[in-house]
Amino acid sequence: MTALLTFQDVAKSFTLHLRGGVVLPVVGGVSLSVAPGECVVLGGPSGAGKSSLLKMAYGNYRCDAGAILVRDGDAVVDVVRADPRVMLSLRARVIAYVSQFLRVIPRVSALDVVEAAGREGGLSEDEARARAKNLLARLNLPERLWSLPPATFSGGEQQRVNIARGLIADRPLLLLDEPTASLDASNRAVVAELVREKLAAGAGVLGIFHDSEMRDAVATRIVDVMRFAQARAA
Amino acid sequence: MSEPLLQVRGLTKRYGTRLACADVSFDIDPGEVLAIVGESGSGKSTLLSLVATELAPDAGTVSYRMRDDVLRDLAGLSEAERRALMRTDWGFVRQDAAQGLRMTVSAGGNVGERLMGLGERHYGRIRGQALDWLGRVEIAADRIDDPPTRFSGGMRQRLQIARNLVTGPRLVLMDEPTSGLDVSVQARLLDLIRRLSAELGLAVIIVTHDLAVARLLSHRIMVMRAGRVIETGLTDRVLDDPEHAYTQLLVSSVLVA
Repeated sequence: MTALLTFQDVAKSFTLHLRGGVVLPVVGGVSLSVAPGECVVLGGPSGAGKSSLLKMAYGNYRCDAGAILVRDGDAVVDVVRADPRVMLSLRARVIAYVSQFLRVIPRVSALDVVEAAGREGGLSEDEARARAKNLLARLNLPERLWSLPPATFSGGEQQRVNIARGLIADRPLLLLDEPTASLDASNRAVVAELVREKLAAGAGVLGIFHDSEMRDAVATRIVDVMRFAQARAA
Repeated sequence: MSEPLLQVRGLTKRYGTRLACADVSFDIDPGEVLAIVGESGSGKSTLLSLVATELAPDAGTVSYRMRDDVLRDLAGLSEAERRALMRTDWGFVRQDAAQGLRMTVSAGGNVGERLMGLGERHYGRIRGQALDWLGRVEIAADRIDDPPTRFSGGMRQRLQIARNLVTGPRLVLMDEPTSGLDVSVQARLLDLIRRLSAELGLAVIIVTHDLAVARLLSHRIMVMRAGRVIETGLTDRVLDDPEHAYTQLLVSSVLVA
């Protein structure tokens, strides 16, 4: 079976033009892949480039070299070279990305934020509404908050809205960047359960989980990114 | 992939020796939102005026896919055809409401005028549609007979949006639609633009100096400096991993509240 996501010899650095053009290497020689049903967890200290790898796979960061192949049905798209419109279409149908932080949109309620993500992911209005309510309930977000914009929510509440938003549609590839960082143990367990359901349905996950309990609950394989960080200078 | 709705090729405009717009090319697909960002004097408003055919280019073309699905060079349209297009299939929301509205005509009249341009003559239907659109942009029905001179800045911008969208355009140009407004008023207007453009599948070209506005509304972004496009791409990629020195400067100059 073809992998859902494949990094082929990917390298990334930042050139800081405002600092005299200094070049900050991030990673080099990155090769890894994620198969359906697999949860590949990136390990290594902070600053090793874990989040950057997820951002590259999402098309949010550019790459200097290599290819990042994402399976789209029977086709394969190289995210590194994809046209912006192709990338947006991939994000709508194929790739879900959950970061640690919710980008709050003024005036839009928590339920609408989640529902809209479902609609973007191809769900019908009724299905999106039903799933949004179900997810927020499972994630223990008090129902009185559903109709409020998340701007005033606590960090943990915002994060649960963000998780619901990322997981509502049936996208086959999940990029999870510390989705449980500010959650308590019981909510972390809910997220682990949601991730395992996605894996059972054939999705693939590339994730970062600092919490070892969470990591043990979902990881099928751990990749230490330090070897990519060491290859970066080469 | 869909055919482009708008195709801009090699647009160039000089003011004396100063190059206001240098060889700019881009496509817009139906439903796509493009933000043009840059500082004052970067040529972004000149580019918008060229696209709107309000300004004649020194070189280059603007082509648009008409309702009959034929891509036509706008320079080849008759004056009547061009005006009909701008009045119905295009919208233009201006920074200064006084340029986009008739300030002495009632709110209802401002919205109704574009419908009459489409040939609608039935007073009841015009008023009904005007009311419907005032409601959609959150202007109370009892303000329908007030002229925009009695409206706040935020209301005037919302009225401009109603006036432009009532004819069901496919392409809307926006020139700094939210600048000069209080932050809370700005948020309400942005939310409205975001919602309506998605609901109606509008293609939008929005000129703004505000990167947060570009991030919220646009799919793609074009960064301009001294009349040239210096970086273009997926909005979040350009803002989060800017390649060009000038874009890095713009992004790093934003104060985070």
